[in-house]
Amino acid sequence: MRWGKRLLVFLTSLLIIALHMIPIYITVVASFKDIRDFSSKWVLPQKLVLDNFRMAIHDGGFYTALVNTGLITALSILIVVIVGSMTGYVLARLDNAVTRVVLLATLGVMMVPSISLVVPLYRTLLLINGINTYWAVILLCATYQLPLGIFIYTNFIRTVPVALDEAAEIDGCSQFGTYLRVILPQLGPVTASVMILSGVKIYNEYVFALYFLQSADRRMITTYVSSFFHEVSYINQASAAALLGALPIIVVYLVLQKWFIAGAMDSAVK
Amino acid sequence: MRKKHVHMYLMLIPVVILFTGLVFYPFIEGIRISLTNWNGYSRTYSYVGMTNYISLLNSRLFKVALRNTFIYGFGCTFIQQVVGLAYALFVNLRFRGRNLVRLIIYLPSMIAGIIMGYMMYGLFEYNRGALNDIVRWLGGQRVLWLEDGNRAVFIIVLINAFQFVGVSMLIYLAGLQNIPAQIMEAARLDGCGSWQLFAHVVLPLLIPAITSSTIINLIGGLRLFDLIQALTSGGPGIATHSIATSINYLHFWSENAGGAAAAGVVLFVIIFIVSATTNTLFRRKEVEF
Repeated sequence: MRWGKRLLVFLTSLLIIALHMIPIYITVVASFKDIRDFSSKWVLPQKLVLDNFRMAIHDGGFYTALVNTGLITALSILIVVIVGSMTGYVLARLDNAVTRVVLLATLGVMMVPSISLVVPLYRTLLLINGINTYWAVILLCATYQLPLGIFIYTNFIRTVPVALDEAAEIDGCSQFGTYLRVILPQLGPVTASVMILSGVKIYNEYVFALYFLQSADRRMITTYVSSFFHEVSYINQASAAALLGALPIIVVYLVLQKWFIAGAMDSAVK
Repeated sequence: MRKKHVHMYLMLIPVVILFTGLVFYPFIEGIRISLTNWNGYSRTYSYVGMTNYISLLNSRLFKVALRNTFIYGFGCTFIQQVVGLAYALFVNLRFRGRNLVRLIIYLPSMIAGIIMGYMMYGLFEYNRGALNDIVRWLGGQRVLWLEDGNRAVFIIVLINAFQFVGVSMLIYLAGLQNIPAQIMEAARLDGCGSWQLFAHVVLPLLIPAITSSTIINLIGGLRLFDLIQALTSGGPGIATHSIATSINYLHFWSENAGGAAAAGVVLFVIIFIVSATTNTLFRRKEVEF
């Protein structure tokens, strides 16, 4: 590249990075400032104050929310991976009326916004004693993330040669055995994508947490953060809570960045 | 059904149970509740026919929410396609640091919509908001960013597009990297300029990427909820409500669960029609190489 063009690319990069860091930057600045410090959010704090974080952790129940969210996310992901890969295997190998209906249903579920069903879902959960329980929210999160998992698995398994299935069958494997011993071991990379894509969505789940986990000790990260903004508190403490809530997923993202980027690119190519 | 496939059908049982129990049954139940005057908690209610739909369609809340839902859906989608494609073309250049740029652009989409909303509130707030600080440093008067309805709708579109533009960028980047180098080479040998190359070679080959990105963004924008909830909760007045937030409003604040269920049915129908139409429109334009 020519020198001028290189400079232009550099400046553009800098501008893009600065622009996209603005919300995080002002939140970081606000969260480290004393509540009596009324200087602009652009100006770095004179000294680093940790009180806001202390408040956000102890008064709001940060650890409880983190554990709840971690538990819900992990178990939902597990369901998405198991049910998604099984369904994906069947959809990739069979093409008949039954599988076409399942495929269509999956497409339909993908389009249903969970918020549009909160009223009937509330009644459904009452029916099965699921209000304010972890398991109900785990099943809900898993169900609404399943379509993406099913599509990714179906597309991937279509590229796995059918000859492998046939060889397994000749060796006496049942079809479930083939899924378990032949297909499942090959799903490593694509499973990473499914886990990441659905994991981020579930960690950030707000609607189900808001409606179906209302008691204070069952809060998820999203409802924990919003409690600071709804109940009277200082913007600095609320900022600290927002930052704490976003930090775990940001750290995971930065550590596993290659997988996250690859996963996002996986989700689109059909 | 051949006996040979019994195991295959057994493997579909979990997904059938989950979808039926937690999506399709509630969906039917939602249609049923939308025909009643249930208030959300009492044991008794009665059927009122289409009353909820009629009063919904006649209410000012719904008219505003419907208009905003389309603005959120199409506004965000438009910005995300244009900026997302521009970003993808940019990070597809070979330069040091392009992975960092890609990483930072995609970063906001990791953050929950509700948390992003609160972070952005610090930027657009009236009294101590960071944006108004700049306005005042430049000698201007503080601006009512979120307290003016139309402006707030526009800002919500911008913020949601900003947050998820990385998703579109990565979809386009995947599309760009799928274009075989020979095709670009051949076009260049035939004397294509960069603009012609982009308009006549790259863009047509990107149509599958445009389709998936557009549909994903449309579905996301039309159901927008958390961000609005955090920034304005539908206010000032009812000016920034989407159908999604008005479902919450009707259910929690008006004790009108029947109306909320009706709004839910309407929202689903809108999303279904819009994404099905978009899909058929774009699929027709796809080209093979």
